[in-house]
Amino acid sequence: MSRDTLTGSRIRERRQIVGLKQADLARRVGVSPSYLNLIEHNRRRIGGKLLADIAETLGVDHAMLSEGAEAALVATLREAAVEAGPIAVETDRAEEFAGRFPGWAEVLGAAHRRILALERTVETLSDRLAHDPNLAGSLHEVLSTAAAIRSTASILAEPGEIEPAWRDRFHRNLNEDSQRLADSSKALVEYLDEHDGAEDRRTAPREEVDLFMETAGYRFPTLEQPGGSIDAVVQDARHLTSRAAREIAAAVLEGYVEDAAAMPLDRCAEAIDELGLDPAGMAQRFGVPLHTVLRRLAVLPPDIVGCEIGLVICDPAGTILVRKQVAGFAMPRFGAPCPLWPLFSALSRPHHPIRRRVVQQGRDAVRFDCLSLSYPALNVDFDHDPLWHAIMLILPEQAVPLPREGSQRLGEVGSTCRICSRRSCPARREPSILDEGF
Amino acid sequence: MRRNVMLIEDEPNITEAIRFLLTRDGWDVQTHADGNSAVDAVTRVLPDLLILDVMLPGKSGMDILRDLRGRPETESLPVLMLTARGQSRDRDMAEKAGVNRFMTKPFSNAEVLDAVRDLVPSPT
Repeated sequence: MSRDTLTGSRIRERRQIVGLKQADLARRVGVSPSYLNLIEHNRRRIGGKLLADIAETLGVDHAMLSEGAEAALVATLREAAVEAGPIAVETDRAEEFAGRFPGWAEVLGAAHRRILALERTVETLSDRLAHDPNLAGSLHEVLSTAAAIRSTASILAEPGEIEPAWRDRFHRNLNEDSQRLADSSKALVEYLDEHDGAEDRRTAPREEVDLFMETAGYRFPTLEQPGGSIDAVVQDARHLTSRAAREIAAAVLEGYVEDAAAMPLDRCAEAIDELGLDPAGMAQRFGVPLHTVLRRLAVLPPDIVGCEIGLVICDPAGTILVRKQVAGFAMPRFGAPCPLWPLFSALSRPHHPIRRRVVQQGRDAVRFDCLSLSYPALNVDFDHDPLWHAIMLILPEQAVPLPREGSQRLGEVGSTCRICSRRSCPARREPSILDEGF
Repeated sequence: MRRNVMLIEDEPNITEAIRFLLTRDGWDVQTHADGNSAVDAVTRVLPDLLILDVMLPGKSGMDILRDLRGRPETESLPVLMLTARGQSRDRDMAEKAGVNRFMTKPFSNAEVLDAVRDLVPSPT
């Protein structure tokens, strides 16, 4: 979703931060509460005088609302500050910087991401040299053959006579080894060509898939129609430059197609109209597992679900497999996320749905209701440990009505330890830059 | 009395070249190409020096060395290790396992001879 289509969400966030009721803001800027409600849910575009009036009432620059200091961008700026080393960066003013100079902030964020991607490429290549069995085997073959040739040639080149039987044997060995060296060198070059030649390896495959999904807005209408081709979508995707990324994307889209078939868009809209955002009720209605509903809800158009929804799916190692960002809930692009995310609680309680109200620290702190669940990602069978995945839906506070309002304790979570300011967090893995004098 | 060296190496042409080199230098050379049975071969022969490749079929040279260092009869046997992997990590592993000399391929004949003579000096 483009940035300006989130203006309503930012107005809502800002209004809640300053503690203003929707009706009060509507009255002050001269519109009806219902119209403001549509704006806040991004169902009406806003600009001009009304945006300026709302910005003035909320005490922010209107650019902060229309262009936004996205949480992800701010998080990226903070990550860049960490990498800056001993340079004293005004980390506490990252949001202000992003708000006042959005273009420069994007440039800095993009440069930082590019540096990280290049570093990862170097790491990947170094790792391959050290651990790739094919590469190690090929290099061993080349070096061993070179050793044999060098040793044999040295013997033949020495002054003095060698017995004819030995000389003939060494000549034969040299001939064999030179042929082996030619073959093994060729095989090595072919291996490297195959893996590096045509593909742009600037980013890791999952990064490419993230960008692909983000660019598509996590929506693939053609795949919701009969005859939609995953291959065609993948082949047309300019962000999927590596074979690995295309394979990952195809697997993700297969899940998308299955979910869409089980929960067609029009029937989802009907169900939400009747039930509201009730994942358990929808699971019953569609006869699908709860995690399917959570996955499907995350990719439905906001005008159907009524809000922007974030999504994270991880494997048991905590590696993020799918991430759909939502304003106000920062997710690290690289590195491990905050272990306090309800996503990880779900991993320790298989099949047990977990609802948590959380907030990430920061001046624009926004509350979210997170719905988490872990489920076997593959078919369960005897004699095989199930592979669990955990899913977490990140919804605006109260988007899914609680059984009893007030029954939810507010949990403080972070993005990732390095840019989190919670000093006394028991789950902290490493010190925060915010405690290091920035 | 001729000194005895055992070479455990699975590349036949390297084996042949080193055998020629050391035989000419006055050594009795015995060779072995399989990692799994290498420890038995060494303990049976008990050579004056062992030249050991790292990457072998079956048991690796690193494991063979650790095994030999755990046996009283071979705990102080001089070992020259040959490898195509020259990373410092492999060198560290070999040193921890108790190697006396570490040499990366492709080596020169002079380097091999110098190392062998250094590890087992001629009786005076």
